[in-house]
This record gives sequence, C-alpha cells and structure tokens, in this order.
Amino acid sequence: METIVLGVREAWRLLLHGDPYVLEITALTLRVSGTATVIALLLGIPVGVFLAFVPFPGRRVLVAAVNTGMGLPPVVVGLVVALLLWRSGPLGRLHLIYTPTAMIIAQALLAWPIVTGLTMAALQQLDPRLQWQLLGLGASRLQVILLLLWETRLLLLAAIIAAFGAVISEVGASMMVGGNIAHHTRVLTTATVLETSKGNFALAMALSTILLALAYLVTYALTTLQQRARRL
Amino acid sequence: MQPILRAQDIQVFYGKQPALDIPRIDLYREEVLAIMGPNGAGKSTLLRVLAALQRPHRGYLFFHGRPLQRRHTLAYRRRIAVVLQSPLLLNAGVYRNVALGLYLRGRWGRDVRSRVYHWLEQFRVAHLAQRNALDLSGGEAQRVALARAFVLEPEILFLDEPFSGLDMPTRIGIFTDLRRVLRETHTTVLLVTHDRDEARALADRAIVLVEGRIRQVGPVDEVFMHPVDEEVAAFVGMENCLSGAVVETRGGLCVDVGGMCVPVSRTLEVGRSVRVCVRPEDIRLQRVPGKGGGKGTVLDVFPQGVHVRLNVRVGDHIWRVLLPRREWRQAPVDVGATVDLDIAAEDVHVIEV
Repeated sequence: METIVLGVREAWRLLLHGDPYVLEITALTLRVSGTATVIALLLGIPVGVFLAFVPFPGRRVLVAAVNTGMGLPPVVVGLVVALLLWRSGPLGRLHLIYTPTAMIIAQALLAWPIVTGLTMAALQQLDPRLQWQLLGLGASRLQVILLLLWETRLLLLAAIIAAFGAVISEVGASMMVGGNIAHHTRVLTTATVLETSKGNFALAMALSTILLALAYLVTYALTTLQQRARRL
Repeated sequence: MQPILRAQDIQVFYGKQPALDIPRIDLYREEVLAIMGPNGAGKSTLLRVLAALQRPHRGYLFFHGRPLQRRHTLAYRRRIAVVLQSPLLLNAGVYRNVALGLYLRGRWGRDVRSRVYHWLEQFRVAHLAQRNALDLSGGEAQRVALARAFVLEPEILFLDEPFSGLDMPTRIGIFTDLRRVLRETHTTVLLVTHDRDEARALADRAIVLVEGRIRQVGPVDEVFMHPVDEEVAAFVGMENCLSGAVVETRGGLCVDVGGMCVPVSRTLEVGRSVRVCVRPEDIRLQRVPGKGGGKGTVLDVFPQGVHVRLNVRVGDHIWRVLLPRREWRQAPVDVGATVDLDIAAEDVHVIEV
C-alpha cells in the first residue's frame, strides 16, 4: 500500500516539476498510440463499411477473422511485425525495426480489427430500410455511407475509445518492435516494465499513474463528445 | 398520353421463383395509382423497383418515355421522393431531417428554410422544428417524413403503406392532411397499401397484385365494383363468394346457392355455373322468416367497429354479414336465431366460371 501511495506522490512530483524524462516518454506514448489509432480508423472504417454492406463468398470467414482479431494478443502482433521488419526480413531494408514507426505499425495492426469489427457491428444494427430511405431522398451511394456512419457516431466513438485504450495499454508489441530504447522508443508501458524489473517500484507506479491518467483524459474527452452527440 | 413512368417486363427473383413478374405498369402525370394486395404479394418490392432503389433481375423503367439507364439512376432519384412505412428519421433535429433531401442536392440557404417551414406547417408540425426527431411520437414522426418528401417537390411521390404503423385517430388525422395536400399539389403518387379504404379514398386507378403478378388494373371504382376473380373480390371486400347455378324464377334470374336464391341483374344462361360475390355490408337481415331470399341460422355474433358481424349458415354455406350497430341494436339477434338474408340484385357481382 505504501508503494502505491509513494508512487502516486512521485507521479505528481514528476509531473509538477516537468521531469524531462517523463515528459519525453509521455509525449512519445501519445504520438505513437494517437497515430496508430488514426491509421486504424482510416483502414478500419472502410473495411467495416465493406463487410457490413457487401455480400461476397467467404464473407463469414473474414468476419470471424476480424472478430478474432479484436482480441489479438499484442505479443503475436509484435512477433509478426518484428519478423517482417527484421534486418533479414522481407521489409528489413526499410530499417524500421526498433523505431517509433515500427511501434505505430504494430499498434495500428492491433487496433485495426477493433475499429473494423465495431464499425461493422454499428452499421449492421441500423434499420436496413434506412439505406432505401436515404436513396429515396436522393442520396448518392457515398452520401448514404457517410450518413449511416454519422447515424452510428455514438458507436464509432466507442470504437475509437476501445482502439485507443487497447494500444496505449499494450506492452508486448511495443517492446518487441521498439526495443525500449531510451530517448528513442521508450513509452510509458515499456518504461514501467523496465523500472519494475529494476526494483524502482515508486517510479514504476508513478509511470503507471501517468499512463492511467492519460488514458482517462483522452477517453473522457471522447466520451464527452459521444454524450453530446447522443441527442443533437 | 405518355406516362411519366413506365415499367416493362419487370422480373425479380428470390431464389429460383419469380417474386415479381410484371409485363407493364404505366403511371400518368397527376394521378394517384394504388398498388393493393395481400401481405407477401410483392407490393413493396415493386415500389422499390419503380423508385430505382432496387434493381430488377429483368426489365426496364422508362421515365418521360426515355429508358432509365444505370448512370441516370441518381438523377432520377433526385426527381422523386419516397416515404416508407416507418418514418426512418435520422438522429438530428426535425428541421435538419426535413431539409436533408435539399442538402443532399447541394441546396442551402434561405430558400431551404422557407420551404422546410412551409411543409412543416402543411403537415402541422412546424412547432416541432427544433426538437430531436427521435423524441417524436409515431404520428408526429410520420408527418415529418411526409414533409421531408414534399419539400423536394417530387415529380413522383412513392408512398409505401405510410399509415400502417399508426393508431386509428392518428391515422385519420394524417390521412386527411395528406389527401388535402395531394388535392392542392396534384402530385403524381404511387401508393402501396393493403388497406382498401385508403386506396379507395386516395387513388384514381388501382392495381391488384397477388403473388407478384398483376391480377387486375383499372379505375379504382371498377376494381372495387367488378373484380375479375375471387381473390381480387375477396381483397376488395366481397367476402362472400359462393358457387351456384343460374335458375329462372317468377321474379327473374337468380343463382341457386345451396338453396338460397341470389338475384342477379345480368342476363345469364340458365343452368350455367357461376360464382356470386357479395359484400357483407350489402346483405340485409329479415327478422321475419320467409321475407328474404334464404333462411339461415345465426352461428356467431360479434362487434366490429361501428358494425356487428354475423356468420349465418344457409344450407351448406356460411354467409358473412355486417350490420350497422344501430340497426342491430334496434332488433338484436342472437346465436341460434333463424333469419332470412335479403340481397339486392344490383349488389351481386357475378364471376363466370
């Protein structure tokens, strides 16, 4: 209990004093997870729309794969991305292994199925006749899709919250493809693991508290947006 | 006269069976064409095909005489409007819902505002303009859906059972307003309904659709008064359709239906087998036996709206009778009573078999 209290106190101290080490890894955490979430949205929403509306052979297999992907273990993603980006791997000549870009790729792959699965589910819970109604009011196919996405905005915001929550809290993939290199690829989760292994429980606790506060603040902002959208 | 919309050789398949097989439908400017039929007849599918919301497996649409090609579909849909059974409003304000079709056409500004308020007023929902559409009652929401369609000033308005989800008082209120608006605007309408009263009150012509095929098409009164077959007759309210042979009596020709003499006004060959169809409300009850055309026993009596419904057995046949409640109250009959059914020749529709 004393460690927890000490950790929270240490977190406040580090934040109030603007500790450069903590600020640096906090900023990198936000940059990596934020970018990964945006990429996952850009990839996940169109695929979710496609799976929700376009029938094709093998669709069920793909939907099941997406649903499985929603619970993908980060270490598996980390391993696959590491093998791809490894110097001798197929994408080795890009020299991305142990860079923030590699971490963004791994986290985006983790968040992608979450966004796709939740987008698909959100669109499928709409009244199927709504498409006909919008077409009957003169909407083009693109306008129909945009209006249906707008109509599911509450659930889409929930998808963003879930995706961001998943990537900011993962450690396995970031560790494997980022390498936890100080001043380069160290983020809050990997730093917490490192400090715990060194026995610096107070600092580890402080970093965890900051991580939690960060996740809470971003989620709170998205939730506020979501609740405002509830009745426009 | 060239029709505003023509559908030709339309076929839609669900599985291997054609769910819709329509050789031709014409819709003329300023007319209200009702498509009637029982549940599952393919009415809504036909509406979706005619509104270019669903592509048929075969067949063509012609708009103003020109074939409607795939690349012109959006342009066509921007000259029509569709109101479905459920209002299907978006989670946004009423004003924005009504303006939606105009926004989709890239129209913004003051003109939009005045048009939206005009149509909200026409359907008596202008006071709800700032409310969220999802907070409206069913009736209010359907009024908003109608305003959303009329604001587009469509060349054709497609209505798919727009009153069916509403309770009776709400339904009558909206129906009255829609009828007034249609009279004032002379909008061309294709109305899908299974409610024959709605069809009769709104439509100029009617099509009866059964199992995806047109059974009858014509002016609405003709369809209601002279159905071509028994199924159409049943759908337009002629619940009594019974077989018999033409006989000659001292009073003229009648059809002998299980011992009951049903008079007919048409000239028919004596001995010929025919079906006689009669609406239940056109049968009168003679409480004094021997005064009517057929003596029978009352099997069942129950209230139905402003009427009382009776099932009367005459010989081997059961006749369905609807009496105005006031008339029944003056001389009520109970189950087991013996009555005479009286039918006037002009109320009998004969289908030759």
